[in-house]
Amino acid sequence: MPRLLTGYAVLFPLLGFLFNGLIGRKIRNEGIIAAIGCAAVGAGFVVACMSFFSMLGLPPEQRTLSVDLFPWIVAGGFRADVAFQLDQLSVVMMLIVTGVGFLIHVYSAGYMRGDPAFWRFFAYLNLFIFSMLTLILADNFLLMFLGWEGVGLCSYLLIGFWYDRKFEKGTTGDAAKKAFIVNRIGDFGFLTGMFLIYVTFGSLRFQTVFTQAATMTVGTPVVLWITLALFLGATGKSAQIPLFVWLPDAMAGPTPVSALIHAATMVTAGVYMVARCSVLYALAPVSMGIVASVGAATAFFAATVGLVQNDIKKVLAYSTISQLGYMFLALGVGAFSAGIFHVMTHAFFKALLFLGSGAVIHAMHDEQDIRRMGGLGKSLPVTYRTFLVGAIAIAGIPPFSGFFSKDEILWDAFSHGSWVLWLAGFAGAGLTALYMFRLVALTFQGEPRWDKGVHPHEAPATMTIPLLVLALLSALGGFAGIPQSLGGGNAFEQWLEPVFAPAGEKLAFAATHGNVAEYVLMGLSVAVALAGWYVARIWYLRRKEIPGLLVRRLPNTYRVLLNKYYVDELYDGAVVRPALSGSELLLWKGIDVNVIDRAVNGAAQSTAAAGRVLRLIQTGVVRNYVLVFLAGVVLMMGWLLAK
Amino acid sequence: MEPHILSLILFTPLAGALVVALLRRDASRLIKTVGLLFSLAALGLSVWLFLQFDGTRGDMQCVEIIPWIPALNISYHIGIDGISLLLIVLTTFLTPIALLASWESVSVRLRGYVALMLLLEAGTLGVFMALDLFLFYVFWEFMLIPMYFIIGIWGGQERIYAAIKFFLYTMAGSLLMLVAIIWLGSYAASLPGGTFTTDLLRLYAIAPGIPMGIQIWMFLAFTLSFAIKVPIFPLHTWLPDAHVQAPTAGSVILAGVLLKMGTYGLIRFCLPLFPFATFRFLPYLAGLGIVGIIYGALVSMVQPDIKKLVAYSSVSHLGFVVLGIFALTEEGMQGSVIQMINHGLSTGGLFLLVGMIYDRRHTRLIKDFGGLAKPMPVYAAFFMIVVLSSIGLPGLNGFVGEFLILLGSFRSPFLDSPWYAIAASSGVILAAIYLLWSYQRIFFGKNEHPDNQTLADLNLREIAVLVPVVFFIVWIGVYPGTFLGKSAASTKQLIHRIEETRRGSYAGAGLAPGHEVRPGERR
Repeated sequence: MPRLLTGYAVLFPLLGFLFNGLIGRKIRNEGIIAAIGCAAVGAGFVVACMSFFSMLGLPPEQRTLSVDLFPWIVAGGFRADVAFQLDQLSVVMMLIVTGVGFLIHVYSAGYMRGDPAFWRFFAYLNLFIFSMLTLILADNFLLMFLGWEGVGLCSYLLIGFWYDRKFEKGTTGDAAKKAFIVNRIGDFGFLTGMFLIYVTFGSLRFQTVFTQAATMTVGTPVVLWITLALFLGATGKSAQIPLFVWLPDAMAGPTPVSALIHAATMVTAGVYMVARCSVLYALAPVSMGIVASVGAATAFFAATVGLVQNDIKKVLAYSTISQLGYMFLALGVGAFSAGIFHVMTHAFFKALLFLGSGAVIHAMHDEQDIRRMGGLGKSLPVTYRTFLVGAIAIAGIPPFSGFFSKDEILWDAFSHGSWVLWLAGFAGAGLTALYMFRLVALTFQGEPRWDKGVHPHEAPATMTIPLLVLALLSALGGFAGIPQSLGGGNAFEQWLEPVFAPAGEKLAFAATHGNVAEYVLMGLSVAVALAGWYVARIWYLRRKEIPGLLVRRLPNTYRVLLNKYYVDELYDGAVVRPALSGSELLLWKGIDVNVIDRAVNGAAQSTAAAGRVLRLIQTGVVRNYVLVFLAGVVLMMGWLLAK
Repeated sequence: MEPHILSLILFTPLAGALVVALLRRDASRLIKTVGLLFSLAALGLSVWLFLQFDGTRGDMQCVEIIPWIPALNISYHIGIDGISLLLIVLTTFLTPIALLASWESVSVRLRGYVALMLLLEAGTLGVFMALDLFLFYVFWEFMLIPMYFIIGIWGGQERIYAAIKFFLYTMAGSLLMLVAIIWLGSYAASLPGGTFTTDLLRLYAIAPGIPMGIQIWMFLAFTLSFAIKVPIFPLHTWLPDAHVQAPTAGSVILAGVLLKMGTYGLIRFCLPLFPFATFRFLPYLAGLGIVGIIYGALVSMVQPDIKKLVAYSSVSHLGFVVLGIFALTEEGMQGSVIQMINHGLSTGGLFLLVGMIYDRRHTRLIKDFGGLAKPMPVYAAFFMIVVLSSIGLPGLNGFVGEFLILLGSFRSPFLDSPWYAIAASSGVILAAIYLLWSYQRIFFGKNEHPDNQTLADLNLREIAVLVPVVFFIVWIGVYPGTFLGKSAASTKQLIHRIEETRRGSYAGAGLAPGHEVRPGERR
């Protein structure tokens, strides 16, 4: 395999960004802009495929490749290079990012048609793919951080893409800024983690760090701090408790952005990072426990919020947070490959669901409230059917992809974690089916609740073809990882096995497949998913009075859920407002103006005042001087005599 | 290398000022062109110097010595190491940009303005070249005068208050420095067989042996003077006034170059001359640096005036530089050096951008703007890049400096606690808040103010001003080696010398720190 191939995958989107960013404004032709944008990502996908197939031809231990480009930051003993590393894990991520990314680029060509800033949209999307590939392929923490912050920037730029629009109580700009700042809080953790890693291991290169870490004993204190700091970064990027608050607002961006960045790829960066550092986490059981607990809690609580939202994208946003929680639950119980497996299947079905919601929003002329939808299945047959496939997949109903990945996670949570973690995930799975089929019912089924003036019609082929491809992947993608208990070889897990082997040695789990409990739990999770589906059909299609009754019966619960547990309000009241008023009144107008400057001006004024007093003495009249002189002499004489 | 290259660079703007002063008062186009050409000539010479400079050497290069006041052994002694080289190039880079930026906005007393800008450049260059403390002091005070007039004549509403505040603040500090310089010279004379000297290289050998009781006072005198210039909290309150009142070009040079004279002074004088005093005070100074980072950012966040916001952000950014210096590690020092350049580019760039919108709207209040991205897309794009640089986005210049500073202070054996770096890291969050929030209020949202709807986007001259700034913002971000490589040997030598000093006194003679070390006892 040509060594520079990987570099090209990163280079193409960068060139696409530069082209569309610098001269896209001058090109009035949307076709050229879209073609360049799509081709840049498509070329990346081709490279990813070539890398994957040439890796297949190699024995597992030779499937790691590194490409050194040039030194980036060198100072004193510190050195970090621009260098890429391709292994089994990064190639999977690369295929997901470029593959799903390409489909979403194609979809965007249709979705964004006629937008005055069409060129800017494609420039940002390409910049995003560039950053994401850098994040995935970096061979050291610092370069990974470049990609990490780069995707955050693109997220910011794309959430605020329609910068003059209103969004909920504020503007899209508020949402964009919130995303960047909350992510920065996470980045603070990432930075601290890097410093600790450098102090501990003397390098930021993955290979150096992980090789040394493999020789350390479980429970080394510094590794606990490293992993916790890095995990703070992950909670920011991957929208986990307590830093998930930005993701629902990120829906202010155009829908393809929600699909690509805020569902399929960028938000999984935290999962990737923790998986990449699997050996470090394996050394810190406390961190693992925290990761698993945060993941399980997020999976459950986000699902409860998703139950009552009325904005089609908001439901999907909370669903994303919840599904990311499952991924962290997997990582936290040591099921790293299950976590990455869920990254993949989730990328398929969540991209599908978001793009489907985009087609609905498009058809309904920017309407996003599902209370004003209903019965759209007839007008949007392709969108409806593909959306249904996505819903079945995310609900975890076999044999669609979500079943395999989610079931693996739940089983690992039970067998390597605890029944509490399992229960949270299990309950979350039931809620997932409920809110998803509620969404399907309210959007596509039942009676239309929209104005007669609206004539929804199916999206153009540029939008429906990506939907069909993603539907196919959502339906079949799970077969990459059929568990042994169902007679498969779990090819996906085997592929990633060499990457996670060092962590596996530290964790030393006993093989648990094929036992009765596994079949029982599998049956339970399928049952709860079907139950969720059934309840949704009853509540939202047949006996529509039930949800209203529930709201009246439990008004406080409903209000709490509708307002997302008031977390935004809590942060606003506890952090944002005190910081603003404290800075203005105490620091600026208090210390700066009233203390320091008053002292400075006071010093200057007292100097001037002293000058004015002294000037009174300088009368220029000789008699006064003589008088003062005489008085002085008398005083001195008197003092001498008194002594 | 050309033996008098430094003098050539130093005297080019001086000659330019002289030529401009001789031109006819109303020949405004000619005055501007001549001024620009001289500043470009200085830039060309310093680029040549940069290319010729040997980055593998840590000692002084291009040294010139001409006796000046023989009775006191004071000489015109100039020379540079990698640290001064970068600051010299920054100065000659920003001066033509500043002149070009004020091409249309300054029309009254143009001749004096251009001449003073060139004098300011010469004074600043002298500060970065001087290897004689007395010569350094002359340049240090000399550069105050043109800056005073630039603020006082071409400034805004309250320019007189700001100019006097700037002048007095700086003078107050520098007088103590003069006392310390004379004291240093006399100390050299008091040694057996010694003579009065203000030669820096000779004092490098003598000064570390000064008894701790005296060294502390000298250190404090120098540090106070530099701290005012940086400015280090709580001596910063002249800065917002000076910036807000100064014309755009004045702010660019003030933020871009003059503040660096303070941090440069700390590196060039305080650390190597008074290492023991440095060890004693560095926790406090690093602490003040961190207070500056956080305090500057918080106060910046609530400023209604965009120029004041940028001014307070300088306090925050320079706090990083101070922290990096007093970490006394190679990483931290290199980070501080590159961060001085970065701050010149990003904050200089921000002042340029603010000046451009001020020229159009004659207001700097954030609330007067909103939705500017629509009428001014090119302006919005440039502003975004510079803001991101200032935020410290990886891939742009600011990150390189901040990262190295934080890394260096995290593992600093002198600070001996990671909490300095962790506390300072919060500045990374705060910078994003105050800059993105103001960006949002200026560029995003609906464009509702009638005056903002018809704004013209940047013209070619303005783009020409910004392109070089952005070019280097990206260059340093992607490949900082070009610049870090020039100062690496110099910082290495500086840190090495300080570590040697400490080891020499701790282990060598079994002396406790603070014990009197006589020059005779030292190698």
